[in-house]
Amino acid sequence: MPDAARQSAPRILDAADAIREGTAQAMRADERVFVMGEGATDPKGVFGTTTGLVQEFGTDRVMEMPVAENGWTGVAIGAALCGQRPILVHQRVEFSLLAMEQLVNNAAKIHYVSGGRHRAPLVVRLVVGRGWGQGPAHSQSLEALFAHIPGLKVAMPSSAADAKGLLLGAVQDDGPVILIEHRWVHYARGHVDPEPIAMPLDGPRQLRSGDDCTVVSTSYMTLEALQAADALAAAGCNVDLFDLRVLRPLKLDAIVASVRRTGRLVTVDTGHATYGIGAEIVARVTAEAFSSLRAAPQRIGLPEHPTPSARTLAEAYYPRSPKIVATIGDVVGMPKAAIDEIVHRLAAERDAVPLDIPHPSFKGPF
Amino acid sequence: MTDTTTTTLSVVTDEPTRLELFRSMLRIRRIEEEIARRYGEQRMRCPVHLSVGQEAAAVGTCSALRPTDQIVSTHRCHGHYLAKGGDLRAMIAELYGKATGCCGGRGGSMHLFDPAAGVLASVPIVGSNVPIGVGAALTAKQRRRPDVAVAFFGDGAFEEGVVHEAANFAGCHRLPMIFVLENNLYSVYTPVDQRQPARAGEQPMAGFAQTHGLAAEHADGNDVVAVHEAMGRAVVRARRGDGPSLLVVDTYRFLEHCGASDDDHLGYRPVGELATWRDRCPVAGTRAALRDAGLLDVATELAMESAIVREIDEAFAAADAAPYPAAHTAMEAVHA
Repeated sequence: MPDAARQSAPRILDAADAIREGTAQAMRADERVFVMGEGATDPKGVFGTTTGLVQEFGTDRVMEMPVAENGWTGVAIGAALCGQRPILVHQRVEFSLLAMEQLVNNAAKIHYVSGGRHRAPLVVRLVVGRGWGQGPAHSQSLEALFAHIPGLKVAMPSSAADAKGLLLGAVQDDGPVILIEHRWVHYARGHVDPEPIAMPLDGPRQLRSGDDCTVVSTSYMTLEALQAADALAAAGCNVDLFDLRVLRPLKLDAIVASVRRTGRLVTVDTGHATYGIGAEIVARVTAEAFSSLRAAPQRIGLPEHPTPSARTLAEAYYPRSPKIVATIGDVVGMPKAAIDEIVHRLAAERDAVPLDIPHPSFKGPF
Repeated sequence: MTDTTTTTLSVVTDEPTRLELFRSMLRIRRIEEEIARRYGEQRMRCPVHLSVGQEAAAVGTCSALRPTDQIVSTHRCHGHYLAKGGDLRAMIAELYGKATGCCGGRGGSMHLFDPAAGVLASVPIVGSNVPIGVGAALTAKQRRRPDVAVAFFGDGAFEEGVVHEAANFAGCHRLPMIFVLENNLYSVYTPVDQRQPARAGEQPMAGFAQTHGLAAEHADGNDVVAVHEAMGRAVVRARRGDGPSLLVVDTYRFLEHCGASDDDHLGYRPVGELATWRDRCPVAGTRAALRDAGLLDVATELAMESAIVREIDEAFAAADAAPYPAAHTAMEAVHA
């Protein structure tokens, strides 16, 4: 659907369309912006996020890439140093591992090493796979690797509006930004501003309010956390729910203030729990608000093994809303029977749909 | 088909240029000798990778470029930086870790850059600079600028996948890009024949060019005029839109890989190899050729020497007097 037709229709888009729209608007506004990716111009258009761009902007600005990730990431960095503003896209996070050398050694450091004289404005879009047996090397959520590196910014949208707004914010940023898109967030629908409004990469957004517990989530797990929070609220347990959105720079002021009030913290992220985003949040919040804590902070994340392909093996791998309810309920000291009632109800609802495809309730609109 | 014919272009080096090539090499030699002389004072507290013996490669190539052309260099970047017009004072101050260094003391010897001179970046991870140079060439093409980009790399980087990835990209998009391969026969202490297979042909590394759709040039890397003219042909092709080139230059490092000393006692070089290459010293060879041609008399060379020494003394004195970056600035400019 062309943009004009979209604008006369209700402004409910899914995140993939929102990314495509934001990319096109950024390219119209600034001729320095161009797209590089393996499959950027192919019929599938990176899950619909680049579809149609080559028809509008041509192959000089929507560039099909050789299968050489470190090489073309270095090319992008060189172009960025010379004033261009490339958007790089990888269909799976794992392909960017081949480009870690350029991202970590050059993109992240060149502004700093040059005493602030060099700028490397590039956006690296990574897609986290999930479901349908994606398996060990097509489903990793490796944001902690990138978030470990000073000089990079790392953001993870959980909604259609954020997918567009954070992309535009990343394009405007004068440094390298890693934008990690969960494949199931691509399906999330919601109101998206038709205007190209860049969101600053400046921290979390509070989605629910309550005094019983502080919950911090990232990316797709925000959708699971929302379902958990709403089920708990119906039972009288109200949480402050923050979608973290920006992992680096990490701004935790609002979350620390919340924990000072609630005395409790649960983190829910898409990566492995050990050395993960939740670990960093728990460590910082504990250091700043130790005396306010009334229960030990808890992390929810992936277990200590790679992602298996078979559905039976993957079933216990991904935490879902019942697990989040059980963890929060335990931290706040809800009666076990009350927790079990919600957990069983949510689990029954979720089990009605195969676990390796997105549950319809997570498509929104949100 | 890629036209790999390199003989159709004629680039001639006139007499003033030949004198300037000599002066530029002599200057780099004297600067690095002074670094070596003072390194033991332990006031340049960073690794240095000197290019003594390889000056003709740097000078012959960079003398064929304009300030707006971009080069990307390696851990062994002093010669390239200076030959391209990089600021000497900012370089010496950087080696001293001073706030007036080209990186404000944040990079050290392996990160020299100078935007005004077209020294885009130096990167110490082997091969890592090469795609960045291709990015500069891509920008020239996208923005329709008449500039070329040059990536220096060595026989070690020739083994890195990213160099092949970058060359493939440049060839695919016919970019105004020149890959300068300085083959100095060693990666640290390991000779090239322990790291690469024997290849047929007089120019065994030229297959790289054919594979990636580049025109191929080769020059004696210790003959500055030969390098200058081969580079000149590559630059003409790049500027007129005929695509990228590979220029292979054979040369030799006289001093240790990292540091300021001789290292022949380590025994990794075959007996007599260093002496053979020292007999082919690019500075001495060019001096002799200019003398024979009647282009360089003793008075002219003495005047060159004294101007160079004065400039070096001033650069070291300025670096010595400059302030160190203040500790509290370490958190600045993490993000643009």
